[in-house]
Amino acid sequence: MKTLVRERYDRLFKLLFRTTGLMVIAVLGGIFLMLLWNTIAFFLQVSPWDFITGTQWNPSGTAASYGILPLVVSTSLVTLGAMVIAVPLGIGTAAFISEYAGKSLKNFLKPAIEMLAAVPSVAIGFLGIVIVGPGIARLTGQSNGLNALNGAILLAVMALPTIITVAEDAINAVPRSYREASYGVGANRWQTLIHVTIPSAAPGIIAAVMLGVGRAIGETMTVLMATGNVSAFPKGFFDSVRTITATIAIEMGEVPYQTTHYFALFAIAAVLFTMTLFANVVGEYFVNRFRKYHTA
Amino acid sequence: MMKKLTPLLEWFVLLFCTGTVCFFLGVIITDIISKGWPALSWEFISSRPADGMTKGGILPAITGTVLITLITALFAVPFGICCAIYLNEYAKDTWLTRLIRASIRNLSGVPSIIYGLFGLALFVQGLRMGTSVISAGLTLGLLSLPYIVTTTEEALRRIPASMREAALGVGATQFESIRDVVLPSALPGILTGIVLTLSRAAGETAPILFTGAAFYISGTSGYLNQEFMALPYHLYMLSTQHQAIEQVRPLAYGTALILLMVVLLLNLTAFYIRYKHRNND
Repeated sequence: MKTLVRERYDRLFKLLFRTTGLMVIAVLGGIFLMLLWNTIAFFLQVSPWDFITGTQWNPSGTAASYGILPLVVSTSLVTLGAMVIAVPLGIGTAAFISEYAGKSLKNFLKPAIEMLAAVPSVAIGFLGIVIVGPGIARLTGQSNGLNALNGAILLAVMALPTIITVAEDAINAVPRSYREASYGVGANRWQTLIHVTIPSAAPGIIAAVMLGVGRAIGETMTVLMATGNVSAFPKGFFDSVRTITATIAIEMGEVPYQTTHYFALFAIAAVLFTMTLFANVVGEYFVNRFRKYHTA
Repeated sequence: MMKKLTPLLEWFVLLFCTGTVCFFLGVIITDIISKGWPALSWEFISSRPADGMTKGGILPAITGTVLITLITALFAVPFGICCAIYLNEYAKDTWLTRLIRASIRNLSGVPSIIYGLFGLALFVQGLRMGTSVISAGLTLGLLSLPYIVTTTEEALRRIPASMREAALGVGATQFESIRDVVLPSALPGILTGIVLTLSRAAGETAPILFTGAAFYISGTSGYLNQEFMALPYHLYMLSTQHQAIEQVRPLAYGTALILLMVVLLLNLTAFYIRYKHRNND
């Protein structure tokens, strides 16, 4: 009798665990359907062609225009800038930690990078206003230094921990024998790093960069606070920009429920979702390739 | 001569990269501590804002953050652990399992602002919970879910199969073996993951923008169906939206310091759990 009860519990919990597993699919499916549904509602009112090729985002004007191009260009510009800063720094740091740092230095650097990853984005955005902004303003003579460059610097800081961690794993995973072979033919430590270790770790490093890109594209608070939020077509790094994420953050709070503007914000969120998904899937692909390559 | 110098120069390049990264962290921490410290006082953390936010403390923001983080934990921790148990203990390698795993990977890459939109559409509007503590907490719970699942599964994977087999061998059901053997051994790892995930959730701003965070609430806070103040949102508003931005800068620094302390304290807790567990092995 007692055994029967126990077995019933066993089956019951198995069912519960299984259900939670299925619900995770439902969460992602829910997000996907929400974006799809509202985007379709938007495209019933505004033609997709105008949306994709429009060069003006001005939903509250008398003749409202919903061109996503300036937002996409802003997001890409800030992300590109962030990667120009973060990729060399990240790979250099990863190489230093994995190949040069001694044990005690490693024990300091790894928690430091975890700590950097833990700093909330709103705090980094705040420092963009009070430190990076005035710094840029002094260099360029602008009034507050809230522009794409500021956002790029902050996003670089946000993306660095991801890039360093993934790249370091990749460099660490290169078999010792590769390096020894290189030393054996007379190469020094630097030559080995540049010509043997980093090329063998390349898929993992590409993964690191792509995951960093995904992180940068999706960041909201830092760019919202530090880039000035002017929704015009940006010409360069010293222009104020307004990314997709910042546009959603600014306008969603004010927009009435189920208007064209409301749907439009879901449509740009769908574009954002697609961009980050692409970056993450490519990153994931290279992580897996890297794993296969080195376990084979 | 050149041959001797080049390795040094190359080493210096890598040191420069590492140094710059540490410099970033140093600037963040020293600036917030040095300028936030003067703003701290017992009054600052124990009283309500006064005079249009230019004076007083941030008590409602602290309680608001604690409250939504609690709801996040209540929702995401059991849900996440159950899902991780399914994946690691029960699931066979079928297309369904792979779909669940792919969903978790993708969910952890979804930008936080999209969770905010989802929370708005599902909890605030769909389930008519309104902009409230419960909507925001559940939204952050969804955001935290993939991290809890991933870290828990990692912890479960480290438990050797022999322990499960020993439990099954003495006649335990699979559920009993999980409850009495697997989960207790994996607990430190699971706890570390939970604490780190909650520290991330406590610092998030974008998901609570439209789901319930408010610049100021009058009267008593703490009701689950009302809007709330939160530390990250408070910092955002003080540093960008306040009409006397320069005047409230010290308060903004104070808020940033408290937020940073909360997050770093949670991280230290996680470190401690991990460290202690390592010594036990």
